[in-house]
Amino acid sequence: MDQFLQLIVAGLATGAIYALAAIGFTLVWQTSQTINFAQGEFVMLPAILVLTAAHVGLPMWLAFIVGSAAFILLFGFGFKRFLVEPMQRHGVLPLAIATMALSVLIKEAAKNGFSAEAQHFPSLVPDGSVSFLGAAVSARDIAIFVVAVAAILGLQAFITRTRTGRTMQATAQNPTVARILGVPVERMILLTFLINAALALIASYLISPVYLAKFSNGETIGLAAFIAAIVGGFNQIRGALAGGFLIGLIDNLAAAYVSSAYRAAVPLVVLVVVILVKPEGLLGRKEERTV
Amino acid sequence: MLFKTMAAAVALSAAFAGSALADTVKLIDVIELSGPGAPAGTNWKNGSDLAAAEINAKGGILGQKIELIHYDSQTNPGATRAAVQRAVDEDAYVVLGPIFSGPISASMQITQRAAVPQIVGGEAAAFTRQGNNYIFRTSLNQADSMPKLANYLRDEVKAKSVAVVWINNDFGKGGRDAMIPELQKRGIQIAADIATESGQADFAADAIKVKNANADAVFVYLNEEESARFLRAARQQGIAKPIIGETTLLGAKVIELAGDAANGVKGHVGLLVDAPKPSFAEFGKKYMDKYGFTSDHNGIKGYTAVYTVKAITERIGKFDREAFAKALHGARIDVAQEPGILIDTKWTATGDVDRESFLVEITNGKPVVKTTLPMINP
Amino acid sequence: MSLKLNTDLLIILIAFPILWFAPAGLKSYGLYVVSLWLVMSIAAMGLNLTLGYAGLTSLAQGAFLGIGAYATAILTVKAGWPLPAAFLVSTGLSFLVGVVLGFPALRVKHHYLAFVTLAFSVVVFLIARNEQWLTGGVFGLANIPRPTLFGTDLGGGLAFYRVVLVVTLALTLVMWWLLHSPWGRAFQAIRENGTRAASLGVDIRAYTLLAFAIGSAFGGAAGALYAPLVEFIDPSPFALSASFVLLLTVVAGGAGSFFGPFVGAFFSYMLPELLRATGGWYLIIYAAVVLVLVMVSPTGLLGLIDRWRDHQSQRKAAAIRAAARPTLANGAETNPKEQGAAS
Repeated sequence: MDQFLQLIVAGLATGAIYALAAIGFTLVWQTSQTINFAQGEFVMLPAILVLTAAHVGLPMWLAFIVGSAAFILLFGFGFKRFLVEPMQRHGVLPLAIATMALSVLIKEAAKNGFSAEAQHFPSLVPDGSVSFLGAAVSARDIAIFVVAVAAILGLQAFITRTRTGRTMQATAQNPTVARILGVPVERMILLTFLINAALALIASYLISPVYLAKFSNGETIGLAAFIAAIVGGFNQIRGALAGGFLIGLIDNLAAAYVSSAYRAAVPLVVLVVVILVKPEGLLGRKEERTV
Repeated sequence: MLFKTMAAAVALSAAFAGSALADTVKLIDVIELSGPGAPAGTNWKNGSDLAAAEINAKGGILGQKIELIHYDSQTNPGATRAAVQRAVDEDAYVVLGPIFSGPISASMQITQRAAVPQIVGGEAAAFTRQGNNYIFRTSLNQADSMPKLANYLRDEVKAKSVAVVWINNDFGKGGRDAMIPELQKRGIQIAADIATESGQADFAADAIKVKNANADAVFVYLNEEESARFLRAARQQGIAKPIIGETTLLGAKVIELAGDAANGVKGHVGLLVDAPKPSFAEFGKKYMDKYGFTSDHNGIKGYTAVYTVKAITERIGKFDREAFAKALHGARIDVAQEPGILIDTKWTATGDVDRESFLVEITNGKPVVKTTLPMINP
Repeated sequence: MSLKLNTDLLIILIAFPILWFAPAGLKSYGLYVVSLWLVMSIAAMGLNLTLGYAGLTSLAQGAFLGIGAYATAILTVKAGWPLPAAFLVSTGLSFLVGVVLGFPALRVKHHYLAFVTLAFSVVVFLIARNEQWLTGGVFGLANIPRPTLFGTDLGGGLAFYRVVLVVTLALTLVMWWLLHSPWGRAFQAIRENGTRAASLGVDIRAYTLLAFAIGSAFGGAAGALYAPLVEFIDPSPFALSASFVLLLTVVAGGAGSFFGPFVGAFFSYMLPELLRATGGWYLIIYAAVVLVLVMVSPTGLLGLIDRWRDHQSQRKAAAIRAAARPTLANGAETNPKEQGAAS
């Protein structure tokens, strides 16, 4: 029983990271039909930027500020302004391909410019574990879970409680109508890109002490985020949240109870079945089609 | 499309015409610089660059400077084959690398057909059992190192049952396949047999499984980063049983990344910067000064590979590939004679290496050598 | 329209002899790279049918490449079959698996289809890696034989390249014929508007399946050539990233354009080799080139040429219009009646 509980806690912590990445993914999709295949690299990069800044000789706190600012500027604002905006009108696929190339570019640049090897990343939470219902649960897992959920709740509150948030949501649901109603659509879209970058940033700082900072870390996270977004129905923040946790849980339980050699396939196969039964995703709405 | 094709053909042929200076000897290093093998390949590349620079500073090999070219294998057999074929076309004297067994298997027939010696960094047992006279190792064959470790588990750790955690790539699977029969032969139970993914980040589930297997010892056979992540997860789950491993588990990188969690880990090490030999310490310092981080065993392999070329070529007194391959079979290079080889090494008739190795324990973040094991056939 | 068809056919017939003779001077590396380009062009051609003509976003082409390669390797190495027989069986097997995978394609579209095919790719990769008794697992299968014909060894670099070239020609002609048959027009109708195509009497079920299966068969055929080309396979070239690269190949070349796959495969598989000379930064340069290409011409490289051609013809038209514009001198002589008739 305590094995099961430990697996659940560890799965929830991993799932929280996936959820952060998946929510950003979904937001960006909603407002600008961007499938960002570089999403995993977005989660990998902030930690590398911070370490690079520290490597240059900045004190750690300043390195965090400089790294974060550089990341938000480059991959919140810059990504939207210089990649998504010029390409948006050409449809989903060319933009998706461009983000694929971007992911290779970020990965290789992080490898050549920083290091091919995994690096230690400072943790904001001490090591150690606490006893919870008789099972040893790591303090760091709890911290990851708490911070990620707090970030998500904060975002949810922003969207539902503030005027800007509601306007942003309206833009996401129907940009054309929003534009007619006089919403500053461009600014709202930019906002979602900044939020996406901020979520990636949080995920990066939470996960790098455990996963270590390495150029190739984005591969797993990006795929998991994509899958979580699909499960959630692609246009639902709640769905992405549920999807993230679900992937984290299934992955951990599959490794322990099904087959460690096929663990990567178990969440996928489960979800394929879900999708075939309910093609609009777990919490998604049906999209209408016109003739 | 036609224009593209022709342009490509022209560009390709231009690439082949690359000039070879008369007074240099060309070594081509086909190595994992991208893909999952990138950390290993980067260490190897740095080590080989270091050796080539030292040799050139002292006048080269037989008066000729080394021209060392690196091609990326992408950790992909198809790309490796292209690179090795290019190396052969460009008239490489010796091909160095790759490290991963897929890339090695895809390229070793090419060098064999062209009669170009190839010095690789792989540990998997198979390459040196196919009658290929041009393939040579830089490190112990898994089939040779696992019996040493199995003896250690039986005699020193006195384990009756062992949980085996391995990485599901050629390195880890090869090690696992070599280790499990050795354990069974010695009457040791396999309490758990756990495959993990290359690049896996989250080892919580695996550590939980190991903990519940309740074996006397845990045998961990993963690459460096994964080793560090596993050790951290094992620490978090409170695994108190001895954790035993092979070279990669006791690497400098693992100790750096795992921190406290690495303390108490024991195992068998083939090549180690911290081995009790002044030559290793000197190499470790030079590498650190030049690249700013500690070399792992792949850095040592790359370094000694270049020195192997130097020592054997000077022994035969000419640049002759066939004579080189013949001379390296059964050769023994001692540190007294060529300091760059770092540790006395013997090559068998199949291209395997034989040398001393070490039993190591990590105490206070430092690998401490407990015992030095002799060569198998000194 | 019919003029354009003939242009495609003409290009195929002119390209073949050039490609037959041109690489004769290349050394083994050059021949290998050019062969790899052709093999990957075949796989991309298959994906171009599913994606570019039928509009189905598949992330499984790398897996079909793997199915073809493994089937060929197992049949030739373990069962001792001759390569041509193994090639046909591998291609047929990929077709059948494509039919099976095509069923989900009938239920879902767009990113959900991408997801289902993605899951399929992961499963195929894991089977290749885990089922060592069949596939050799992580150690792969070595010594895959190259073909012989009536006792003549076709395993040399140039001879094998020409084998690959002949197969490529045959498959390109099959694809050309397919696209100009009623089937090809049905595929395009499904892409443009599935619901409308159905209302006009196109059996969407059958054609979607067919597009998927034929595209997959091309992937399998490419794999059946890839195995003897490299003479060794392990799971790594057929990982999910291979499917991403193939998708990139098709889009970069120009999805739905007949020669797009060849141009795209040049970009994805030959350009990195040509860039090797730039040293450690070559993959960065490559990614940057692809990024710029997709940004400059989202319709692919052939789209760029089309746009240039449009631009040229517009300029030409503008020039003609300018020349035809009545000047003051002859304007007086223009018959107002004719102008009225023209408008």
